[in-house]
Amino acid sequence: MSATENPMRDEIQNAISSHEVILFMKGRPEQPMCGFSARTVAALDALGASYAAVDILPDPRIRQELSAISNWPTIPQLFVNGELVGGCDIVTEMYETGELASTLGIEPKADAPEEAPVASEPGAPPLQIRNDLAS
Amino acid sequence: MPSTDDLKLRIEAAIPGSSAAVTDLTGTGDHFRATVVAPEFAELSRIEQHRRVYAVFGADIGGPIHALSLVTKAEA
Repeated sequence: MSATENPMRDEIQNAISSHEVILFMKGRPEQPMCGFSARTVAALDALGASYAAVDILPDPRIRQELSAISNWPTIPQLFVNGELVGGCDIVTEMYETGELASTLGIEPKADAPEEAPVASEPGAPPLQIRNDLAS
Repeated sequence: MPSTDDLKLRIEAAIPGSSAAVTDLTGTGDHFRATVVAPEFAELSRIEQHRRVYAVFGADIGGPIHALSLVTKAEA
């Protein structure tokens, strides 16, 4: 597919190719909008990983095109060296086995907890609605 | 609204020899967790194992099923 036919897909593909570690998520790392995205960010941050992040919420086409590229239906999605590593479950599992640090090619911080850090309260609905009216 | 039993039966019907334990994470019938054991997972990477289970539900993921958290294993 040429660049003119699907610029959104090309742009996402380009973002994946040009960043060693890139996370597609709901919200931003400093303000995740979903428990699964929050948990994935927490695992990366606990290892002291540096990564690019893309918020998929502003335009539904981002998620649509991303899932078409990755053959993965849910968000978040973590890519390392252009390859899909997984979503929240796999990232969390890999954190606990130590595979996440080795996949990222980093030494975990000395104070990194053994179990993947929990970012949201257990049982809390993963979807959080942001109240933009409050200021 | 899908039930935990619906998800369990759909997974077990689609993946030969599998067994699935499904819980409703929020009690709202749209956020689920499934632990799936299937012999064929022995041949698949973790990503492929999860893709296999997601494929059972197709467009229902992100539709009626907002979230499906997965644990997949080749043997119990």
